[in-house]
Amino acid sequence: MVQNIRLNRLLPLLPIYVVCISALLSCGKSVEDTTDYNKQYPTEAGGTLIDASTAEPSGLISMVAGESASSAISSHIFNSLLKYDKNLDLEGELVENWQISSDHKTITFKLKPNLKWADGKPLTSADVLFTWKLVTDEKTRSPYASDYQLVKKATTPDALTFSVTYDQAYAPALDSWAGLQILPKHLLENQDIHTTAFARNPVGSHYYKLDSWTHGENLKLSRNPTSVLGAAKIDKLVTRIIPDNSAQFLELMADNIDLMALDPIKYSRIIPARPELQKKLALYKELGNSYTYLGFNLKHKPFDDIRVRKAINYAIDKQEIIDGVYLGLGINIASPYKPGTRWSNPDLQPYSYDPNKAKTLLKEAGFIDSDGDGILDRDGKPFSFEIITNQNKEREKSAVLIQRRLKDIGIDVQIRAIEWASFISRFIKTGDFDAVVLGWSLGLDPDQFSIWHSSQNQPGQFNFIGYNNPQIDQLLEQGRLEMDIDKRTKIYHEFAKVLLEDSPIIYLSAGYGLSAIHKRVKGIDSPAPPAGIGYNSHEWYIPSPLRRIETGRNEISAN
Amino acid sequence: MLKYLIKRVLWMIPLLIGISLISFFIMHLAPGDITNNEASFNPKSSEESRQKLRELYNLDKPVIVQYGLWLKRMGTLDFGNSFASHQKPVFWQTTDKDGNVTKGMIQEALPITLFINILGLIITLTLAIPLGIIAARKYTLWQDKSITLFNFIGFSIPGFWLSLLLMYWLGVMNNWLPISGLHSINYESLDTWAKIKDSISHLILPVIIPSVTGLAGITLFVKNGMLDVFHQDYITTARAKGLNEHQVVYTHALRNALLPLITIIGLSIPGLIGGSVIAETIFAIPGMGKLFFDSVMMRDFPVIMGILTIGSALTLLGNLLADIAYAWADPRVRRGVVRE
Repeated sequence: MVQNIRLNRLLPLLPIYVVCISALLSCGKSVEDTTDYNKQYPTEAGGTLIDASTAEPSGLISMVAGESASSAISSHIFNSLLKYDKNLDLEGELVENWQISSDHKTITFKLKPNLKWADGKPLTSADVLFTWKLVTDEKTRSPYASDYQLVKKATTPDALTFSVTYDQAYAPALDSWAGLQILPKHLLENQDIHTTAFARNPVGSHYYKLDSWTHGENLKLSRNPTSVLGAAKIDKLVTRIIPDNSAQFLELMADNIDLMALDPIKYSRIIPARPELQKKLALYKELGNSYTYLGFNLKHKPFDDIRVRKAINYAIDKQEIIDGVYLGLGINIASPYKPGTRWSNPDLQPYSYDPNKAKTLLKEAGFIDSDGDGILDRDGKPFSFEIITNQNKEREKSAVLIQRRLKDIGIDVQIRAIEWASFISRFIKTGDFDAVVLGWSLGLDPDQFSIWHSSQNQPGQFNFIGYNNPQIDQLLEQGRLEMDIDKRTKIYHEFAKVLLEDSPIIYLSAGYGLSAIHKRVKGIDSPAPPAGIGYNSHEWYIPSPLRRIETGRNEISAN
Repeated sequence: MLKYLIKRVLWMIPLLIGISLISFFIMHLAPGDITNNEASFNPKSSEESRQKLRELYNLDKPVIVQYGLWLKRMGTLDFGNSFASHQKPVFWQTTDKDGNVTKGMIQEALPITLFINILGLIITLTLAIPLGIIAARKYTLWQDKSITLFNFIGFSIPGFWLSLLLMYWLGVMNNWLPISGLHSINYESLDTWAKIKDSISHLILPVIIPSVTGLAGITLFVKNGMLDVFHQDYITTARAKGLNEHQVVYTHALRNALLPLITIIGLSIPGLIGGSVIAETIFAIPGMGKLFFDSVMMRDFPVIMGILTIGSALTLLGNLLADIAYAWADPRVRRGVVRE
């Protein structure tokens, strides 16, 4: 008791202490950095690029690791047969060319000659065959095996030829071969892929090789002298593991890391407000292959009624969500494809914000406010539903804006944010929800069979909204069979049109991927090409006058 | 005494089994499993492969069967392998047929956390005991008030906020200390002296901040213990004998006042092992708190169970040591134990 009284007496003094502490904190001054990072320098090799990752990879064999932290690093170490170029067209990476047979069922890849692993051993079609066998093996726990299991027969007529045959034409096949990292047979044969030490000590063929991996701290890569695609410019890539975003940003400010992904606040408010950051950091934005949406459980009434879905679509102001949640760093979309790419139908317009149209549609569907409580009702039941989402700030905020707009037209919405694993197993898998705010991150192939086809709505599958439209089913099936790129484009344009008209989900926004990169790194395309700024990271370079002094802890680089 | 010890150690076995059973069931009460993590929500992955995974890990079996399998493995002290982290062994390293050593997850995380927390505890104690003594001797005077206020502020400031503030001040504005991590990027290339300096500079913030914010409790304990003791008859006797103040305080009062500290330290053992998720995340320290948090989020059951089991075993052991220390320090307790 005595204690409390004393504390209370001292309490009024607290602000004085706070002022003292802040004064103490503000007396430091930042280190003056007079380097002009905007100056142009000729291309030169060398230097170290320091990156940060919020998570440590579990291993560097991405077919079994499955997480993005793993593939972010393994993509510097391993090659695939094909890759996407600047404009998102496929080109050969390990292969010189590829041919599709006249019946569209067989693809024959011709490897480039004289390919080598980083340990000097030749890279041949046997390695490709081995990798395919590995990913499709019964015992391999790869979440991404299904594309490769469709291959009925894989052969290697000679050391440079690899050929796969499908039961029927499979258009997404080429994309799948751009996604499979080829592993060395001579090091992995007779190893258990899930426990092998290779995952922490990999040997690849790409621009870089792993030098060291300090658990929980960093991974260091250095240039692979026998890289099959020639030499990258930057000598060393270091990825530091810094789980906390704020700590990462402090490291970026202190010049201890060269790049990081940003959230909209940092991108459009914090960095522009600080001249010392603006001086040394270049900001980049690129559209990702992802979007956020409001999805309905189509098995629940009244979402089976297209008028209701459309009404809600008209009632939501998407621009408000983009401005409010993403600080304008997103765009309103009308198809489930990255805008500006081949697959995105340019003729489609997103639903406008039109609450009156929404009210009319709801009236047509039989919803009127018969008891005058401000909530529409039908057959004596008020129109009230719950939006669930995972604990993601942006999705939660979007849900709040939706809630408010729907209240305007007389729909009562509750919001619940749930931890991811519970969200999936308790609600999504069981179909126990009315509506969700979620996002899709998609691959570069337009095939979205697993999301929209009516056969894919079993528990655990991705058509959890229960969408069932025979026209869409047919288009998706056609799109998988069509190898001609122009005809295929037409199919997916039609698909997106039907989908927009039917409105089984409401596209909220496609947010930009935002990043800050230190200006010492040159050779980055800006504005970002369709493939994103990372497509030519092997051509990025750091002129020697701008490099960090390698001995100092966090020295500002030399002038 | 020996009989007492054996009895205590044997009691730990059923206790541990009980703890593990409860932990196992609570862990499975949370919905979801390893196949539900965010990375698996990729339209390219298939439900069949997830189902295969569940079967492989026996996640499709009833919880009690899974517990039986786990207990059977534990019988041979096999903590199993992580689901999430490339099958890394949960507890201790394993060597494969080619002689490659894979370190255990707890083996890697525990020493860092223990080191930082024990260092922090030592700093807390070396600060808290003198502060407590001063506060008790100068009770109600300005020294006591300032110490109380200082502790009060330290106790009220959120650790993560203070951490970020100090990281900004010392790391960004002034470049005096590194911001996060345990070593510098070029650590390998430094000489021994520079390595030591590098490690110390990385440890300053993560060690000092929890010590300062944790100071309040122990200081108050010491102060109140001292105040209690000052009112005892034997202190009055000591003073009456004409002993000087120094002897009264440090020879007679302090030793008695410190007894409850043994209990406090015993109670802090789970915290020493557990680590702090927030501090470890902010400072990018790959310790136990972060490991446990990540495994819970990933539903990596073998790792969760491994940490809980080792944590409870060490806690029980710590309690036993605290009791023994108490008996050693306090003759009244010792006699009670021996008689038993």
